[in-house]
Amino acid sequence: MVKYIAKRLGLSVLILLGVSLIIYVLIRLMPVDFIENKILAMNQGGATVPQDTVDALYATYGLEDGSFLGIIKGYFNWLLNICRFDFGTSFKYGLPVTDVIVSKMGVSFAVALIATIFEFMIAIPLGITASTHQYSFRDYLVTVLVMIGISLPSFFFGQVLKGIFSYGLGWFPISGMVEAGSSSTGIALLIEYIHHMILPILTIVILSIGPRMRMTRTNMLEVLNSDYIRTARAKGLKESKVINKHAFRNTLIPLVTTLAGLLPSLFSGAIITEQVFGLDGIGNVALQAMNAGDIPFIMGYNMFLALLSVIGVLLSDLMYAVVDPRVKLE
Amino acid sequence: MEENKNLESVSLEKDAQVINGTKDQALQEKEVPQVNSQANNDEEPLDKNIKLMSPTRMVVRRFFRSKLSIIGLVMVISLFLFSFFGPLFYTRWGETTPDSSPLTEYGTSQFTYTKNGQTFVIKQTVEKEMSYNSYAPISGDHLLGTDQQGYDIFTRLMYGGRISLTVSFLAVFVITALGVVMGGIAGYFGGWVDNLIMRICDVLMCLPGIPILLIIGLILDSAGVGGSERIYWLMIYLTLFSWPGTARLVRGQILSLREQEYMVAAEAMGYSAPRKIFKHLVPNVMPQLIVQMSLSLGSMILYEATLSYLNLGVRAPFAAWGTMINIISTDPNVITDHFLAWGPAGICIVIAVLGFNFVGDGLRDALDPKMRR
Repeated sequence: MVKYIAKRLGLSVLILLGVSLIIYVLIRLMPVDFIENKILAMNQGGATVPQDTVDALYATYGLEDGSFLGIIKGYFNWLLNICRFDFGTSFKYGLPVTDVIVSKMGVSFAVALIATIFEFMIAIPLGITASTHQYSFRDYLVTVLVMIGISLPSFFFGQVLKGIFSYGLGWFPISGMVEAGSSSTGIALLIEYIHHMILPILTIVILSIGPRMRMTRTNMLEVLNSDYIRTARAKGLKESKVINKHAFRNTLIPLVTTLAGLLPSLFSGAIITEQVFGLDGIGNVALQAMNAGDIPFIMGYNMFLALLSVIGVLLSDLMYAVVDPRVKLE
Repeated sequence: MEENKNLESVSLEKDAQVINGTKDQALQEKEVPQVNSQANNDEEPLDKNIKLMSPTRMVVRRFFRSKLSIIGLVMVISLFLFSFFGPLFYTRWGETTPDSSPLTEYGTSQFTYTKNGQTFVIKQTVEKEMSYNSYAPISGDHLLGTDQQGYDIFTRLMYGGRISLTVSFLAVFVITALGVVMGGIAGYFGGWVDNLIMRICDVLMCLPGIPILLIIGLILDSAGVGGSERIYWLMIYLTLFSWPGTARLVRGQILSLREQEYMVAAEAMGYSAPRKIFKHLVPNVMPQLIVQMSLSLGSMILYEATLSYLNLGVRAPFAAWGTMINIISTDPNVITDHFLAWGPAGICIVIAVLGFNFVGDGLRDALDPKMRR
């Protein structure tokens, strides 16, 4: 087990190296130049910035050489800094990238965590009823509803919800995290946060119930057809006991492994949903950073996402062996 | 599935005879399979109540037995007809021809000011002359009204559908082709080739999708790629990053199929590796591939719409479903005041994705030999 984990960790480092190289080269090819914008802003006063100041600016940000060799050199510089746990300083915010990520992560994590809890709480019972009443009206109804959820584009559904509940009925705020000019603290602030997050969470939950529900249904069906369930029924056990104690236990295996795989991604933020609802989460910040050409932040954010997905895969593989004793890791 | 393998071995025999024998022998023996099949036909009616069905027919029958898959098929086909043949019959408006009948628009604005402790509210009606018929209501002229620029929404839905459906189909076919080739090679050869391809897959699977496409979108901006071809470039890059899913599926299947006896036979025949991979292994992965393709068509449409919504893909004045929804970000009043300008596009996306999901689901159930109903 220890050997397996060590091997997987080594492999993860290799994967991350590959990912970072691809992302770095792509980012350096990106035209939106933070410094050009900065110089333009400097020039606005009527004065022209002298060329050596421009060169010096490029040099400070480590972008003086745009050629192939320069990009490769820049990459190794970046890599060297990573080894010293230095992810660089965000151009836009003037703070270390890690600080920006950590400070914006909370909102995204809160939204994603609450959404995931609701998702599982709704999806599992739905999946179980659908499987125990296979091919009944109930099964079809649940399947069609969750399929519609899967098929909704997040930006469209988010706007529809906003149109109905924020603009139409006025129940929820239109966007942002707090009311404009709000000065509430403590519990009042918390309530304000929750009030602003209900619609985004609703959007995420409805969009992602589908895969979990279908997973539960498929696995339940498979388990319900197995011999030991017939034995349990033949023993005269109550149907509720057969379903909840015997069948559901085995359905939990894939659910727990997906949950483990999902955990890291809770930190990653939902770019589109956060943009639609104007949440101050990491996805929205990243979108703005990308439009501003904030190279260190984009690099840091993308590596953060890659790291999360590597950890997710590793966690779900390990969890599989923990939950299902038949699986042996080699 | 069983019958599939039988067919495989019959064709093997045939090939073997052609390869081993001279031309004459081959000519003579060409009749052998026919004779065989006749003999089979004679033997078959052991019990007249048993009807034999080819696997394909069985799958088709099972597919059409499910109501959901029929509904999905109808949704997909009608969207296809709507977007590809619609513009041929409904030629009243073009994709980028605005309705330029002049319009006088009345807007209201409101001022508040305080004087001597009293608050006054002044409501003013502003008259604005517009050179095009903006946000026209539903009428005989415009079946779904017009948008901000006076474009006919119904027409733009059709043209948008063309883009979305074409792009998604192309992307899915390229992804599948790449995935089959890479997965086939990895699964068949194993060893370091397999290792290399799988590690590339690992790397590509860890790349965050939307952020990467945002970056590529900005690169395309600087390369000066125009409004209507951008989406094709973006989808090319998307395919480069998304074949690993298919490759893994193909590889997994081939790893298990490789050990089967008919592959030993193929080995004994001395077939070339490409022939063994693409003629004998890949056809047996087809069922899973077809399901995967129809499901990923739905997700590709969603991807395309998201990219266009973020203004990375198709850009105005050209139409795509995502681009039509993007109108919201320019003017928030549109959300409530002019639902027609963006709602139908969203509904089209949902219908397309839902249709492909239903079809994919139906196919999965129909192709699954364990499902008996």
